[in-house]
Amino acid sequence: MSLLELHKVHAYYGAIEGLKGISLSVNEGEIVTLIGSNGAGKSSTLKSICGQVKIKGTIRFGGQDISTQPPHQTALDGIAHVPEGRRIFPRLTVKENLEMGAFSVKDRKIVKDRMERAFGYFPRLKERLGQLGGTMSGGEQQMLAIARALMMQPKILLLDEPSMGLAPIIVEQIFDIIQELNRTGMTVLLVEQNAYQALQIAHRGYVIQTGEIIMEDEARLLLQSEQVKEAYLA
Amino acid sequence: MISEILQTLPQVLVDGLALGAVYAVVAIGYTMVYGILEFINFAHGEIFMTGAFAGTAALLTLKSAGLLGAMPGWLAYLLAFVIAMLLTGILGIGIERVAYRPLRKAPKLISFISAVGISFLLQDIVRFIADLKTGNFIVTGITLYDSNLKVAASSLWSVFGDAFIKTNTIIVLAAAVVLMIGLDLFVNRTKWGVAMRAVAQDRDTASLMSINVNKVIALTFFIGSALGGGTGVLFAQQYGTIDPYIGFTLGMKAFTAAVLGGIGNIRGAMFGGILIGLIEMLASTNLGILTGGSFGAEYKDVMSFLILIVVLIFKPEGLFGKAIKEKV
Repeated sequence: MSLLELHKVHAYYGAIEGLKGISLSVNEGEIVTLIGSNGAGKSSTLKSICGQVKIKGTIRFGGQDISTQPPHQTALDGIAHVPEGRRIFPRLTVKENLEMGAFSVKDRKIVKDRMERAFGYFPRLKERLGQLGGTMSGGEQQMLAIARALMMQPKILLLDEPSMGLAPIIVEQIFDIIQELNRTGMTVLLVEQNAYQALQIAHRGYVIQTGEIIMEDEARLLLQSEQVKEAYLA
Repeated sequence: MISEILQTLPQVLVDGLALGAVYAVVAIGYTMVYGILEFINFAHGEIFMTGAFAGTAALLTLKSAGLLGAMPGWLAYLLAFVIAMLLTGILGIGIERVAYRPLRKAPKLISFISAVGISFLLQDIVRFIADLKTGNFIVTGITLYDSNLKVAASSLWSVFGDAFIKTNTIIVLAAAVVLMIGLDLFVNRTKWGVAMRAVAQDRDTASLMSINVNKVIALTFFIGSALGGGTGVLFAQQYGTIDPYIGFTLGMKAFTAAVLGGIGNIRGAMFGGILIGLIEMLASTNLGILTGGSFGAEYKDVMSFLILIVVLIFKPEGLFGKAIKEKV
């Protein structure tokens, strides 16, 4: 059974239909990527999962229907969303940002342990604990955003365009870390415009266009597909 | 002229600080709610007024039950203070739930009008109850500490005149300082305080961190309103007589203080409040002296707003406005 399952999900922004009945699934331990161009509905898909937009259809997580749940409840269930543009709390320090990731944890020792574990992936954050989030570089903010999500010790990580606006070398680092996380058992749903890089680390992929899934396959097959090559890898 | 100003200075500073402390704590309520919802809780002045009445009512009830004489003054004061804070805190949560939350996605103007409506409602309810219970909506409460202390400022420097401090002025200042330090610690050092700032900075993202945004907003209203209500008790003790309309002018000044300090910034609100209080007292005492009697104390409010306008022209974000540029 899949860990996360979307079944004919429609999303609405007022009168505009952002998603036109998409279905997709993510199995435990997988990296699944959702690729497509700007405005295709990638972010809307993640927002639907987290309860940030109005939807029709069903979303199941671990067998449980979470379609109408408020975002904070979804987070409690173990879905960590690293939003587009990283959305670091700009006037909180790095440490406070991380603590907010573990907001539901009461035991301070557990929070500390998780923070240490996050520093294992992102050692640079440890040197920046007292700095305000908004004053860090884009790459550091992306690292902080992922570390903050890891503080929740989630069952699945939803990543929205982690490569956006970053230098290629930083993108590579971040994708390495995503793979490393996956090797330790983290399930990942990765939304990317950078299709080539995303498909290289993913197991499976979906292609989304104007709110509809138009292709789905194993990532290595999508990489070879003429249609994908032409539209997204050129 | 200078000697006259200097002579009154010690008294002006004492009274200005006490008034400023009142403005500061009320200003915090405006700024906290603005910080989190970007909306001016216009009813906050009325919450302050309700607190003043709640505290006074508590003292009058104690007296008619014959308990007031039996307990020490500080205990009665504390009791009135806590009762008023709890009541107005809960009132704040109720107002948010009923009058603001359903309108959260509506344009800000709509919430503003709802807030104005709540203001009138609170004025009328308090007036009705006060009239019913005491036969007059202007209520003179029980002053617990009415002794005066003399500050011999003239012995420091002979040009100063002596100042008189009501014992209650010291209580007002002490209580305001305790409340402000307590709030500052809460907001900066506790998990819920940090969550409050997180929600203020990015509500959607905070909800992704499993923070229940509605709970944080309710908490913000509770704290802001309780601070306002508690200050109402201090005010009633300081000035003796209250009526259901004291919230409007005081609320306006406190709001001005919040804007002056940089709306959304708690420390800014504290500083702005003290500043407005001092300016007001300086103006009301010295305007007549400075202008040879052409402008008197009645122009004191003009001075506060003048300072506000000047500050906003040169520093639109307020004195302590957000200095950090956010990276996109």
